[in-house]
Amino acid sequence: MEKTKNNGHIYLSPKPYSNPYLAGIGLGLVLLATFVIMGRGLGASGAFSASLAALVNTIDAEFAHNNAFYQSYLEGNSNPLRDWLVFEVLGVLFGGFISGILAGRVKYGIERGPNFTDKKRLLFAFLGGSLMGIGAKLARGCTSGQALTGGALLNFGSWAFMLSVFAGAYMLAYFLRRQWR
Amino acid sequence: MIAPFYKFDLFSEEFSFIIAFLIGIGFGFFLERAGFGSAKKLASQFYFTDLAVFKVMFTAIVTAMIGVYYLSIIGILDYNLIYRNETFLVPQIVGGLILGFGFIIGGYCPGTSLVAASTGKLDGLFFLFGVIAGTFGLSLIFPIIEPFYYSTAIGKLNLSDVLLIPYGILVFAVVLMALAGFIAAEWAEKRFTQKTIEVKDEKN
Repeated sequence: MEKTKNNGHIYLSPKPYSNPYLAGIGLGLVLLATFVIMGRGLGASGAFSASLAALVNTIDAEFAHNNAFYQSYLEGNSNPLRDWLVFEVLGVLFGGFISGILAGRVKYGIERGPNFTDKKRLLFAFLGGSLMGIGAKLARGCTSGQALTGGALLNFGSWAFMLSVFAGAYMLAYFLRRQWR
Repeated sequence: MIAPFYKFDLFSEEFSFIIAFLIGIGFGFFLERAGFGSAKKLASQFYFTDLAVFKVMFTAIVTAMIGVYYLSIIGILDYNLIYRNETFLVPQIVGGLILGFGFIIGGYCPGTSLVAASTGKLDGLFFLFGVIAGTFGLSLIFPIIEPFYYSTAIGKLNLSDVLLIPYGILVFAVVLMALAGFIAAEWAEKRFTQKTIEVKDEKN
C-alpha cells in the first residue's frame, strides 16, 4: 500500500486488482473445494430468497404458508435461515470485506460514470437488483449458482442461461452507456 | 470414491454451516480481488474496455471443470452425487435475459453486490435491497406465472448428452474455447480502449 501526501493529508491509495486469470483460478479452486466437500456448488440468490421467506414468515406466517413461493422454504417447520447458502453469503460479505481492507479498497462511495447523478444511480441500482431478483428466480439461480456452478458441471440449462445473461446485458448496454462512461 | 465428503456423511449438517461460512469467505475474497466489488469494472465488460468478467468467470469454470473431471476419473469424486439443477429451458432463457438487463442497469449480480456493499458501496446496498424487493414482487404474482415457471422441464441434462460428445472430449473442447476466448478478449480490450481514448481526444 502506498502512502501519498496531499495538502498535508495522508491518503492510502488502493492497490490494483489482481490479475483476472489468477483471481479466476482462486475462484475456481473455491468452487472445486465446494464440490468435493459439500457435493454442491456456490450460490447467492438462493440466500436472498431464504432470507425473504424468513422475513415474510415472521411478519405474516399465514400468508407465507399459503403462498406457493414461500412454501418450499418453510417445509418441515425448520427456520428458513437454517440454509447452507445463508451461511455462505455471510462468509461472502466477510471475505469481500477482508480482501478490501487488505488492499485499501474499503471506502464509502457510489459507483457511476462522471455524467450521471448519484440519485439516478441509486435508483438504477435498485431497479437492476429488482430485475435480478425476478430473473434469478425464473432461472433457478444467478451468476453464481447457475453460470459458475452449472457452467463447471457442464449443465445444459446453465449454459443456455449464461449465454442469455450476456445477450441481455449486451442488448441494453448501448442505452445505458451514460450511467457508466 | 470418498467425495463429496458431505454425501458420505463425514460430518454433520451443523458442521456444514461452518464450512459454508469458510467457503463464503474464500468466494467473497476472490470476487473482491478480481475487482468485482466495483460496478464500473463489471459494466466495462459490456463496452469491451475491460473483459475481466469474462476472463475471471471462464478461468474459474475451466479450473473447477478440469478438477471435477480429473478427480472423477481417478476415482475420488463421484460426479453423480454433486447436486445439479434440473433444466427448465424457456424459463431459464427468459430469466437469463432479465438477469442480463438487471446486470447492465444495476451494475452488479447478487453475489457481487454483497462484496460491493461490504466494501462501502452504497449502490451495492441499494442493489441488494432491489434483489429482495424484486423477489418479493415475483412471489406475489407467483400463482399466475407458476405454469410458465415449470414449463419446458427436461430434467437433469448435461451438455454432453445434448451435443452427444463424450464428457472428456467436451472438457477438452471447453478448455480450447476458453483459451481462444481469452486471446480474443485481450485483443478486443486493446482495440476498444484505444478507440475510447481517440473518441475522447476528438471531443477535447
